[in-house]
Amino acid sequence: MNIELTAEELAFQAEVRSFFENEYPQRIREKIKAGQELERADFIESQKALYNRGWAADNWPVEHGGTGWSPTQKYLFHRERARAAVPQMMPFGVNMVAPIIYHFGNEEQQQRFLPDILASNVWWCQGYSEPGAGSDLASLKTTAVRDGDEFVVNGTKTWTTLGQFADWIFCLVRTDSTVAKRQEGISFLLIDMKTPGITVSPIYTLDGRREVNEVHFDEVRVPANNLIGEEGKGWTYAKVLLTHERTNIAGVATSQVRLERLKQIASETLMGGSSLMSDPIFAAKVADVEVDLMALEYTELRTLAQMQSGGAPGPESSILKIKGTEIDQAICELMVEAAGYYSLPFVKEQFEEGFDGGYVGPFAMADAAPHYFNNRKVTIYGGTNEIQKNIISKAVLGL
Amino acid sequence: MNFNFTEEQNLLRDSVAKFVADNYEWEDRRKRVASDEWFSASNYSMMAELGWTFIPFTEEQGGIGDNIFDALVVMEEFGKGLVIEPFLENTILAGGMLGLMGANVDTLESIMAGQQQYALAYAEQGIGYNNEYIACQAVADGSDYRISGDKVVVLNGAAADVLLVVARTSGTAGDKQGLSLLSVDSGDGSINSRAYKTVDGANGAEIRFDNTPAKLIGAEGQAFEALARTLDKAALLTLAEGLGCMQMLLSKTVEYTKTRKQFGMPISTFQVLQHRMVDMFIEVEQARSILYRAALHFEKDNAAKEVSAAKAQFAKALRYVGQQAVQLHGGMGVTDELDVGHYFKRCTSINTLFGNGDWHRARFASL
Ligand SMILES: Cc1cc2nc3c(=O)[nH]c(=O)nc-3n(C[C@H](O)[C@H](O)[C@H](O)COP(=O)(O)OP(=O)(O)OC[C@H]3O[C@@H](n4cnc5c(N)ncnc54)[C@H](O)[C@@H]3O)c2cc1C
Repeated sequence: MNIELTAEELAFQAEVRSFFENEYPQRIREKIKAGQELERADFIESQKALYNRGWAADNWPVEHGGTGWSPTQKYLFHRERARAAVPQMMPFGVNMVAPIIYHFGNEEQQQRFLPDILASNVWWCQGYSEPGAGSDLASLKTTAVRDGDEFVVNGTKTWTTLGQFADWIFCLVRTDSTVAKRQEGISFLLIDMKTPGITVSPIYTLDGRREVNEVHFDEVRVPANNLIGEEGKGWTYAKVLLTHERTNIAGVATSQVRLERLKQIASETLMGGSSLMSDPIFAAKVADVEVDLMALEYTELRTLAQMQSGGAPGPESSILKIKGTEIDQAICELMVEAAGYYSLPFVKEQFEEGFDGGYVGPFAMADAAPHYFNNRKVTIYGGTNEIQKNIISKAVLGL
Repeated sequence: MNFNFTEEQNLLRDSVAKFVADNYEWEDRRKRVASDEWFSASNYSMMAELGWTFIPFTEEQGGIGDNIFDALVVMEEFGKGLVIEPFLENTILAGGMLGLMGANVDTLESIMAGQQQYALAYAEQGIGYNNEYIACQAVADGSDYRISGDKVVVLNGAAADVLLVVARTSGTAGDKQGLSLLSVDSGDGSINSRAYKTVDGANGAEIRFDNTPAKLIGAEGQAFEALARTLDKAALLTLAEGLGCMQMLLSKTVEYTKTRKQFGMPISTFQVLQHRMVDMFIEVEQARSILYRAALHFEKDNAAKEVSAAKAQFAKALRYVGQQAVQLHGGMGVTDELDVGHYFKRCTSINTLFGNGDWHRARFASL
């Protein structure tokens, strides 16, 4: 066993660090550090900076413009990225729909969609969930009926993250309601959001922001050549994608950064005579989370090592989502405790661009409660933690 | 031995429940919180007309008798409706503090009648829940005083006509002696106030005093014990409110899981969710027990320790029940539209108010 980085890996790490410090748009890092909400243009600027450096697609094969990084390099990249307060690529294009297109799309589709995804010219959103189909995604009801060389789509997708920004949506739709196995009637369809018949309505989350949407399809006509792969195979394709979603979700580096910030805030927060961090009860709780995170980092590294030596990430990778989100939420809880009374004020404007009224209370505490409330989502989306446990119990433990 | 409420208390509960049913339809509350008003003045008047604002005062003070269980019943029902009117802030915090400091009956009258809104300003930055570290200064100026310093997250501070400020008239940070209660007109020109709504729809303010004229209430330098006792009472009663919130979260979650279908069956049929809801139920009942226990001890010598025990126990319960209610609602749980997330928010605030679980665990161990 050995976890020392090689000389090449150390050089790579230094290169990444220097890029974020020197070439990447600093304005965006400042916004992130100030807890401000990123706008569409900010995301695009950030992603284009990565694209221009050739670093937009760490998971893609090289022939489509991927980085060709080893798992260790990807790990190092994300660690540096989190430390530098650089936002993650919006996953919907680059990490979610693109792999489906390059695995299962035809030549024409690959040329039509992949370059724009890589360059962040087109914003994608994910249209899987429906009001009646969450954990049980295969029960989805949105229909696509073939009419000549078009599909006519009707139905409602929901929880569509940042759908208000999106140019395109990738959907799972039902093309056949007669098959005995309902998964086999599902197809994978790409839809231009400008098509007549689509309405996007906002859903506000507990932090008061418009994070998700409901997307309605009313007689929406979609060219048949937007269908990926074969009709009725959409479910199989999506399952590949869901594994991608799951391996990206541990967020170890982000949690490490936030834990350090928590410790710093707690040592700067006086509770009268002494700091919060010197309170043994609080310190013990921080230690619990930190130890859990140290273990998770190594669980992730073990998964990476396996991938490095050519193995696929097994169903064990579901651990990453469960523990990663639990730790993320535990840190949020401790932030609220550190904020104390300052977890009460709710001044939404102070997270908007151009706000210069000064924060209520210390800046570090202003977002503690809204973030804690909103972040309950992480154990719900991407397959709830209960569903992840069902997967582990079946696929790993054979129960 | 019996744990029954009296006939009068049951009637009181029914009448508060009716108020909530009539005035706290979810959409109405949403609109009120989104509006520019801090709370509904007509709701507050109704509370006074129905006599609830007289509950936490003794007969000598002109009140109904200050029976802790009466107030508990009111607060529990308020919790079920997520009521935002500053009943607690005006009657329990301000009224309670004034009462203990021996304020005159006219002042208490104006609170009971709902004519004046008060806010008790005690919290400061950098002192956590340790109020002996209050640093805001009051210096004598003829027969009156002048206050300088900052108060943070003053509950009802946006709506208050009168601010009751706990400030230091002698001693240094860390001394329990030397803290006094002073009253200030909230409209005074020397006050710099930043008002806001809180995460749970209530109102608060950051307030800076700069040589602000103030009147002393009660004995100089003797406010610390009264403050501690007042905050313990407020803590206990917000737990009653929290109990109301948790009951709603539990019943809403049970109801939702019975109707929400996935995989062709109600999600309530999944055993892992059943056990989760059983655990929520256990937390609610354990919380109820320790709340009753603390209330039964509230007039006894060990009241502070009992309140700390209840706060520590509720810290677990409020967090668990709040988080799991959201989790079991799936995506719906994190929406602003659904009430569940808002009960969760109030549960979170209640944990923070008047000392969080850790602070009370430490106090419990030290008493
Ligand atoms: C902020 C946010 C962003 C999202 N973004 C997107 C997006 O961009 N695109 C998209 O398509 N979707 C998105 N989702 C949807 C997300 O994937 C679903 O919310 C999730 O799959 C859960 O579905 P549900 O909300 O319908 O909950 P339900 O499936 O109704 O679940 C409710 C509860 O029941 C539990 N449960 C369900 N089945 C079982 C079982 N078999 N055993 C044990 N427990 C069970 C769940 O774990 C949960 O606790 C997003 C959700 C959120 C909250």
